[in-house]
Amino acid sequence: MMQLVLSRTTLIWLLLIAATAASVAMGHGMGVHAIRGAGAAIIVVAFIKVRFVILDFMEVRHAPLPMRIVGEAWVLLICAALILLYLKGEAIV
Amino acid sequence: MEGARRMPGEEGVWVFILLDMMTFSIFFLTFLYYRGQNVALFSESQSHLSQVLGAVNTLLMLSSSWFVATAVQAARRGLGKVTPICFLLAFLCGVGFGVVKFFEYGAKIRAGITPNTNDFYMYYYMFTGIHFMHVLIGMGVLAGLVQYSSTGGFDQKKMRNIESGATFWHVVDLLWIVLFALLYLVK
Repeated sequence: MMQLVLSRTTLIWLLLIAATAASVAMGHGMGVHAIRGAGAAIIVVAFIKVRFVILDFMEVRHAPLPMRIVGEAWVLLICAALILLYLKGEAIV
Repeated sequence: MEGARRMPGEEGVWVFILLDMMTFSIFFLTFLYYRGQNVALFSESQSHLSQVLGAVNTLLMLSSSWFVATAVQAARRGLGKVTPICFLLAFLCGVGFGVVKFFEYGAKIRAGITPNTNDFYMYYYMFTGIHFMHVLIGMGVLAGLVQYSSTGGFDQKKMRNIESGATFWHVVDLLWIVLFALLYLVK
């Protein structure tokens, strides 16, 4: 039972909670210039969280290699595309 | 765990999940594209969302996923009592998510904010609405798993079915993580 609670899963859950708190804090008390950086950082943190969910909760870390590659590629591609779109939008203002 | 790589759950579930994630990817990209066309409107509209409620729902989603992952591990150890309890706790997190969403939508609608208000709210209602349908389906799956796992006897076939349901719930969590960041947080 203790092994079940003191697991990697629990550690990751705590990390995810901490990352959520950090993301919420990042949206506050920023100057106009810092907002762009904070926005991009929030997207990066979201996808770091998503990667942990995919690799550890969904157990893709130990899945057949093609599955892991698809998972990693999705995280990387969508995260990069979203940051580009976000920064492009900010640049217009 | 190390050594042989294996796919948890059924192949069909993974195909469905991949298609679902592709669909939501298009949602995410669409949202930021149109946000880029009118940052002022999107930022102003976003300021009326409750970051606190969004964060509470994120915590509920993350915790439900933790319960589900723990339930799967408990099942592998043959812990017949812990497994259904963990699935039940995950289900209750889903109920909590629904209650928060109910109050959130209610407050918006009372303030006269509907999908017709502007583009931001059209996407807000559409994406969170489609996500909420996933939550409801996922809660049905979790309720089923509470029952299914309560009889123990975690053989290979049963583990596969449990893993399939668990995997679907993690996707519901994962999609919310991105929705929360894009809709509520990114300024």
